[in-house]
Amino acid sequence: MKRSLTAILFFAALLAAWQGVCAARVWSPVLMPPPRSVAVFLWDYTFNPGTAEAANPNQWQLFFAVGVTMKRLLAGYLIGLVVGLPLGMLTAQFRSVRDTVGVLALGLQGLPSVCWVPLALLWFGQTEGAMLFVVVMGTLWSVILATESGVRNVNPIYVRAARTMGSRRLHTWVKVIMPASLPFIVSGMKQGWAFAWRSLMAAEIFVTILTGFGLGQLLHYGRELNAMDQVIGIMLVIVFIGLLTDKVLFSPWENFLHRRWGTAK
Amino acid sequence: MTLQQELAASPSAKLAVSRVSKTFHTRGGRVQALDHVSLNVNEGEFVCLVGPSGCGKSTMLNIIAGLETPDEGSVHADGLPIRGPGRDRMVMFQEPALFPWLDVFANVMFGLKLKPGLSDPERREVAQYYLKLVGLESFHHANIHELSGGMKQRVALARAMAPNPRVLLMDEPFAALDALTREQLYGDLQRIWQERRKTIIFVTHNVREAACLGDRVVLFSPHPGRIREEFRIPLPRPRDINSVDLAEHATEIMRALKGHLSAVEVQE
Repeated sequence: MKRSLTAILFFAALLAAWQGVCAARVWSPVLMPPPRSVAVFLWDYTFNPGTAEAANPNQWQLFFAVGVTMKRLLAGYLIGLVVGLPLGMLTAQFRSVRDTVGVLALGLQGLPSVCWVPLALLWFGQTEGAMLFVVVMGTLWSVILATESGVRNVNPIYVRAARTMGSRRLHTWVKVIMPASLPFIVSGMKQGWAFAWRSLMAAEIFVTILTGFGLGQLLHYGRELNAMDQVIGIMLVIVFIGLLTDKVLFSPWENFLHRRWGTAK
Repeated sequence: MTLQQELAASPSAKLAVSRVSKTFHTRGGRVQALDHVSLNVNEGEFVCLVGPSGCGKSTMLNIIAGLETPDEGSVHADGLPIRGPGRDRMVMFQEPALFPWLDVFANVMFGLKLKPGLSDPERREVAQYYLKLVGLESFHHANIHELSGGMKQRVALARAMAPNPRVLLMDEPFAALDALTREQLYGDLQRIWQERRKTIIFVTHNVREAACLGDRVVLFSPHPGRIREEFRIPLPRPRDINSVDLAEHATEIMRALKGHLSAVEVQE
């Protein structure tokens, strides 16, 4: 109770500071819109039905954009996981894979995924394929590296103990090495998610795709139209989605791991 | 198999280690952990391997466990050569090596699930029996990190016993525990050994502990690892680690150990 009260007070203070800066007219309202106009934008692009004479053409727009973005994000992220997790395990297990795929992953992880955008555009054109490619490139390498370090950090005593109990190859992998490296893998998945988000936003801001306007594209048009309320509104939505996925997707896992492993504070 | 090996692996010995050598190559150079070591252990016998660190006693245990392979020599269990780890020889390590992603009950079930020929209710019954035997029947669903060091080793003991191995290999399992907990576990281990009649090989550097637990204490000396002497401990059970009779045996072993150590130093 006390914790949520502290949080509410903090964010209320932040909002008040924003309002105060706008009221003091430090910057032009074109550059720094007050909270109210951002709220109006959010209302117009979501539930506002407009009046009987003039229906709001932008109603539900934001939901469509979120839908388009999430679809791209999830598809790219899942591909990144499905390819990255096994590759990470192979990298940890075999020296030859470590010297090849491992080095490649290390190198490409250092490459900001927005650098893939020009190439993706030339290869795939202004299509969903280009989006997917950039997101996968943003996710894959960090998932491989996190999985590899997770597996290599497994205490060898677990494997020895399992072997004396009759566990072999695949059983050892599935029942011992994978659960033992789970804390690392979950944090790698979390990192992969963050990278996927960043890549997709960069790609959406750069590339206009006719098959669907994502959040990044809405943000981009906000800039083109000098509509800072739109830019800030979209940014808030992106932040909110980030927080929500953390709470819904990753927190339950992390809490479970902390309880089992006894690593919670 | 040569005739000597066959004779060494005579059916009377549960475990037959004959002329086993093992050398490790480390950054500091070669370390000969075992130099042509032979040892026979009978069915139901409690043998303690004692010696200073680096004398190869743990290596010996790992070789019998099948976790390491000897450079020379052979190891037979029930007359069959050992090729890798097996359910007939369970190991208890110095660290409990329990799996933190499973609760207490699931840890004990881990080895049982790998044992064929049991139904799931039977496996659960076995796990319950052994958790009760080590006095942890009310901790089935506890997480591993919630247990004390002594409780963890009790779970590890239950986990090692559950698949009903004929040989239990214990590598300094109580070394990291406080004295009081250790004394309780000496009592528990003797009671369980008498009830279940396992063959136990117990590695320790604690001479008193060895005299308390073993029917026979085998003394190792380092550089290279060799067996120096064997001592029979004919005391009745259960034995109290603080008893005077036991102290006499321990002193005798300790004196022998010091003698061999100074002999090694003179040689070098």
